[in-house]
Amino acid sequence: MHMTMPRVLQLAVTLLTAAFLIVPAIQSVLAGLTVNYFRGISSGLTLKWLGQVWELYAGSIALSMWLAVTCLAVTLVIGVPAAYALAKSPGRMSRVLEEFISLPLAVPGLALALALLQLYGSMQGFRTSWLFILVGHVLYTLPFMVRSVLAVLMAMDLRSLEESAATLGASSWTRFRTVVVPNAMPGILAGALTVVTLSIGEFNLTWMLHTPYLKTLPVGLADSYASMRLEIASAYTLVFFVMIVPLLMAMQWATDRAQRITR
Amino acid sequence: MTLTITNASKTYPDGTRALRPTSLTVGPGEILSLLGPSGCGKTTLLRIIAGLERPDPGSEVRFGDEDVTRLAVERRNVGMVFQSYALFPNMSVCANIGYGLKVRKVPAAELTRRVDEVLALCRLEDHAERPVTALSGGQRQRVALARAVAPRPRILLLDEPLSALDAALRDSLRDELAAMLRQFDITAVFVTHDQSEALAIADRIAVMSDGVMQQIGKPEELYRSPASAFVARFIGNAMPLPGRMEPGRLVLKGGVLPVPEAAGRSDVYVRAEDIHLDEDGPLQGTLETVSFSGGHYRLGIRDVVEDTLFATHPGRQAPAPGDRVRLRISPDDLVFLPQSGHMPE
Amino acid sequence: MTNRIFVALCLLPLAVFSMAFLALPIVRLVQASGESAEGWGIYLQILQTPRYLQTLLQTVLVSFAVALTALAISTTAGLFLARNRFPGRGALLSILTLPLAFPGVVIGFLIILLGGRQGLFNTLLPGHVVFAYSLTGLFLGYLYFSIPRVLLTVMAATEKLDPSLEEAARTLGASPWRIVVDVILPGLAPSLVAAGAIAFATAMGAFGTAFTLATDIDVLPMVIYTEFTLSANIAMASALSVVLGLATWILLLVARSFAGTTVAAGG
Ligand SMILES: Nc1ncnc2c1ncn2[C@@H]1O[C@H](COP(=O)(O)OP(=O)(O)OP(=O)(O)O)[C@@H](O)[C@H]1O
Ligand SMILES: [Mg+2]
Repeated sequence: MHMTMPRVLQLAVTLLTAAFLIVPAIQSVLAGLTVNYFRGISSGLTLKWLGQVWELYAGSIALSMWLAVTCLAVTLVIGVPAAYALAKSPGRMSRVLEEFISLPLAVPGLALALALLQLYGSMQGFRTSWLFILVGHVLYTLPFMVRSVLAVLMAMDLRSLEESAATLGASSWTRFRTVVVPNAMPGILAGALTVVTLSIGEFNLTWMLHTPYLKTLPVGLADSYASMRLEIASAYTLVFFVMIVPLLMAMQWATDRAQRITR
Repeated sequence: MTLTITNASKTYPDGTRALRPTSLTVGPGEILSLLGPSGCGKTTLLRIIAGLERPDPGSEVRFGDEDVTRLAVERRNVGMVFQSYALFPNMSVCANIGYGLKVRKVPAAELTRRVDEVLALCRLEDHAERPVTALSGGQRQRVALARAVAPRPRILLLDEPLSALDAALRDSLRDELAAMLRQFDITAVFVTHDQSEALAIADRIAVMSDGVMQQIGKPEELYRSPASAFVARFIGNAMPLPGRMEPGRLVLKGGVLPVPEAAGRSDVYVRAEDIHLDEDGPLQGTLETVSFSGGHYRLGIRDVVEDTLFATHPGRQAPAPGDRVRLRISPDDLVFLPQSGHMPE
Repeated sequence: MTNRIFVALCLLPLAVFSMAFLALPIVRLVQASGESAEGWGIYLQILQTPRYLQTLLQTVLVSFAVALTALAISTTAGLFLARNRFPGRGALLSILTLPLAFPGVVIGFLIILLGGRQGLFNTLLPGHVVFAYSLTGLFLGYLYFSIPRVLLTVMAATEKLDPSLEEAARTLGASPWRIVVDVILPGLAPSLVAAGAIAFATAMGAFGTAFTLATDIDVLPMVIYTEFTLSANIAMASALSVVLGLATWILLLVARSFAGTTVAAGG
């Protein structure tokens, strides 16, 4: 690579930015593994903090995973058929509906959580169950699923494929199952990974919706940041990274793949 | 299976009258071609037969004795080859072809047997397990045909099955497709806007224009005795010979042409291949353009009629532009149509 | 047509869900904002109370600064990464895009690790610098989660730029700098507007970062939170939420009319 002055500047900005993003992450990983963060690495490496995190927060990690899985199931059941229906009806109504369900992308989670709390806060059984948090997660992730699938469906010649399946004797349901869903797979996969990733990391809504007995991983994180020693908070963050980073990478890979189809 | 269409018409929700009331019968095993310029309603008629489009009230579609007008597409048991082929990209060649059998819940053994049979008929054995995305245009076209015929449809419908191919491939596949269609022995309706395709493949041709059926008949019939100026022009590019009709002769700008006494008051048309250079010919004109097209020359001749008249010249040499030439047209080759008030465009 | 019924059925779960958990709650939220003694005058009160007004202004300013900075940094890095191939490029790209969906709380913690009382700067530098709990910390936190998003949008847009335009400019003798100004930036402009709007809107609504930093800087989401939980001023919390939601939604709607696709996630 030929280095000119502008290039050097660009490289410097890029490297500085990367450092800004990665250095604190490395710090937190190290802090979670050292015996005493203030004395530095020289105090030795340990898994003690991770062990404590497990004792303290295993429940919230499990809850987050459970929420992610159920959230995925619900967004699949609601989102994939909805994307299909939106792709089939090009009218104004569908665009309005698409815009409407995308509101959670634009409106801050805090506002949505307040809205949910005020309408359902007094329904005790619902308010205190994990389903209440699930509703928040589905609300937030659903537009990602719908849009991801919709983009792929719009890019293929859905109408011809369906019509040819129909002339071959396939009913609406059979066409959906054997033609629409398999061909929408790249979009579904990208949507699914996005849903899981976002659900595991969701904080803004969850913080408002959770109860003391139902803490998700990020809620537990906030809790540990406020009340635990730095090493434990770091170790917990490390656990979160271990869960989220592979998901993020998979999500980016799947999204790229789906976008190549859409182009 | 006989296909009978009675008074089928279609008005789209935006008010476009794509098809005026049309009646049509296609006999068992017959191959009918719907021929007409772009936008004349061919696809619309085909989709009405398939059940993909609901015709206006009063229309009727019958397969044999059964009235299928209100029957949903998936119950009609038609086979359709789409212009874009619409092969399922998520399935292999085999799975595409077997799809219609699979959704009809044909037992696995029977399904394999029939898929193999169709694969052989369409010469696709070597590609059976390949994904359809890895096929050439011609192969895709054959898969689309194989997929449509595998469930043994009552009627086979093809919407410009060759138009997605490039010109050279189209010519070579035309005869192949004709042969395969004969082999299947299924009543077929074949849409095209290419007359040579229709002439090569169809038993009968239905010529359409602006949503109206102009004429239905055997290829030779349409060629020799077109019912209207539109058909004459569309099949074989007949050119008008505008002149003064006198008993037994037609007076043109470039000479006098003998015509049968019976011709009476009619418009006269002629095709380029029926105009011959002849030193003793009764017509005279000036050669304007000469273009060589392989087997013959195409000559543009001025001053015989108002417009340029074209003639094909099979000789090894052609006169040069600017030369005076004499022409002969045999009275048998002239096409006579009832006189219209104005000269058709 | 049975297929029509099937399509309608496909839409039914979505319609039910978004009616129950989106439409009705929003209606309730708007309703709740008018249930205080002031009635609908509460929206006027926001404009008349210096604390709210100042918060609003501060939130807008921080978000605006974040959007601009993120655009400048991400466009520089994005163009560099899109146009150059060198060893380590993949790793750099991963580092720059991985934080895409880190929640705000975690980012707040990372900023504390950098600039908190026990942070990197405070231990390494002789002057003992603590910036995590100030406006700077908030700004850096917002910047942290904005950079990956803007970067991805810029890079996607760069790939779609027609390279022949640039080549044409070069054959006409334009300097690299002129090419950037005359060809590349205009080509990227719609995406930049959209990405900037997303960064702005996300910063406006970001709650987790501010929450973790426990900053004494008032930003709108924190004020909404304290009004709701500490003061139990539900009407005011609702009214502020409505204002915040409406502002971000309209902003993104306008931005989207400039450019179609954008990368949005997390916050
Ligand atoms: N869904 C529709 N809504 C409104 N008008 C339509 C629709 N489909 C077709 N048309 C119109 O109906 C007329 C006939 O269309 P059709 O597709 O049947 O033509 P075609 O003969 O198949 O043409 P081509 O050779 O170009 O395929 C055209 O004018 C077309 O614009
Ligand atoms: Mg057509």
